[in-house]
Amino acid sequence: MSKMIFTADGVTKKFGGVTALDSVSMKIPKDSIFGLIGPNGAGKTTFFNTLTGLYQVDGGNFTFDDKPLNVKAPHEVAEVGIARTFQNIRLFGEMSVLENVMVGRHVRTKAGAFGAIFRPPSVRREEAETEARSRELLAYVGLERRAGEKSRTLAYGEQRRLEIARALATDPKLIALDEPAAGMNATETVELRKLIERIAKDGKTVLLIEHDMRLVMNVCHHIVVLDYGKKIADGTPAHIQKDAAVIKAYLGGAHGETK
Amino acid sequence: MNTLLQNKRNQIIAIIALGIFLLILPFLAGMIGQAWVRILNITLLYVMLALGLNVVVGVAGLLDLGYVAFYAVGAYTWSLLASQHFNLHYPFWVLLPLGAFLAALAGLMLGAPVLKLRGDYLAIVTLGFGEIIRILMNNLDKFSLPGSDTVYNLTNGPRGITGIDGLSFFGFKLRQGLEIFGLPITGLQLYYFVFLTITIFSVWMVYNLQHSRLGRAWQALREDEIAAKAMGINVRNVKLAAFAFGALTGGLAGGLFAAMQGFVSPESFGLLESVMILAMVVLGGMGHIPGVILGAVLLAAMPEVIRYVADERVQESVFGHVLIAPEVLRNLIFSLAMILIMLYMPRGLWPSPDRKAEALNSGAGK
Repeated sequence: MSKMIFTADGVTKKFGGVTALDSVSMKIPKDSIFGLIGPNGAGKTTFFNTLTGLYQVDGGNFTFDDKPLNVKAPHEVAEVGIARTFQNIRLFGEMSVLENVMVGRHVRTKAGAFGAIFRPPSVRREEAETEARSRELLAYVGLERRAGEKSRTLAYGEQRRLEIARALATDPKLIALDEPAAGMNATETVELRKLIERIAKDGKTVLLIEHDMRLVMNVCHHIVVLDYGKKIADGTPAHIQKDAAVIKAYLGGAHGETK
Repeated sequence: MNTLLQNKRNQIIAIIALGIFLLILPFLAGMIGQAWVRILNITLLYVMLALGLNVVVGVAGLLDLGYVAFYAVGAYTWSLLASQHFNLHYPFWVLLPLGAFLAALAGLMLGAPVLKLRGDYLAIVTLGFGEIIRILMNNLDKFSLPGSDTVYNLTNGPRGITGIDGLSFFGFKLRQGLEIFGLPITGLQLYYFVFLTITIFSVWMVYNLQHSRLGRAWQALREDEIAAKAMGINVRNVKLAAFAFGALTGGLAGGLFAAMQGFVSPESFGLLESVMILAMVVLGGMGHIPGVILGAVLLAAMPEVIRYVADERVQESVFGHVLIAPEVLRNLIFSLAMILIMLYMPRGLWPSPDRKAEALNSGAGK
């Protein structure tokens, strides 16, 4: 198998008496599109939040890019090369579309307060580079013409794409998308699918958490299914679709209750 | 393209016109009376204060109700080190930077314990901080260190500090005034030009900060702290920087205030002052520098203008007798104006535009 960018080994997370993640392990191959699915409350978002540093794990560990991933604060995650988007869009609404992406460049730039005030040539150059790179990324997601508008004025699908551009601006090796297709119509979803495929082709690994089965099955190379905090299946889309445990988890029966 | 050039030209003309207006303004005011020049100077101080508070509240989104504390730190730094009180007489080029530095330090001291607080909770703590500074100034006139009986008088308490040195350059005291080619310039008018220079410096500093990597991080923090963290922004450092740089212009304004008045007392640094500065920021347009300046100018000058409108004589000539006491009427009109502005223009008089000008940075794009 190809080189791994990310591995989770026996990751456990408890909230009081509830075990949200129960010894979950997975390996994400480099430059792949990796799907993480499961019914509501399966622990997808918890997994996501532990890996992006919002929660500390209670057991197990992560390896990222051949090094143990050991983050104390969320802001360190972006520095290592993991970027994320949010299930409920979290843009900087009062800032312009361009500025949103420029904020993403924060971790890869270094001008401080005195540089900001006195603007020596090095800072001017950095600012120009930040802006040029951000415009490139806006063009990449097809938002270059909205650069000057406040991001809260964008349409829903555009806001999703802007979040992706902002995440890409941190130069991530792994980009984690938390339900990017939620609330999108069919056309927007097709566009999103093309975008995700392009990102993977351009040498970034994509971790996709998604409810839209058609999107997941079409776009992912590899899928892990969670249910009640446990991993119940792990394989290619074709394999997952036939897996008895997955069908049971989604259609009910095993637990004696349906949703 | 043609209109773009024309816009640029109009802009330059507007700036030159504004510059000339600002230069002759103190002389126009002086013709009515020196009291009006003093009002101009106080207005400039408020512009500096509002600009500083705008960094904290408007740009970084941290509600601060004790901002006047930094004004007090600047004013007392100047007062203690340039007056008869300790018989120290340091020059302005030591005192102004020192006052700004100490205010920034006070900003860090306030910032560190409140890093995890926001909204109402942050407001309460900052309000308390403002009061602590004022009460300290009020009570540090007789205290002794543990284990010693010597009583110290640091701030002279509620009586305040008098006989504070004014601004002087190379031995020339600004308060004396000056005569150039037969044109007399009063001390207050000279102060005006110094204040104007430092106000322009403050605008320049705050503008550059806001439009930088750090400024974007502040705004990101204001808009969504969790998303800002996910983008790799170290929220702790960025918040502390906002408190420190916001406090800095407050400290500058404080020093200048002490130098002009020649007298400071804790009374000048009450909660109402903080509220007033906050009102300037909110009324003008949070986070938008031109709006904040407008807010400061209006709120600083309006009470004085209303003082004339609400004058007893005006009432007598209209109604035949005095209906409402001038002081009450003044506050009434003032409050009413604030309520109306907030009702009909909730984003402020001059909020930041929804579409940002692209012409400025079209060169960097492809």
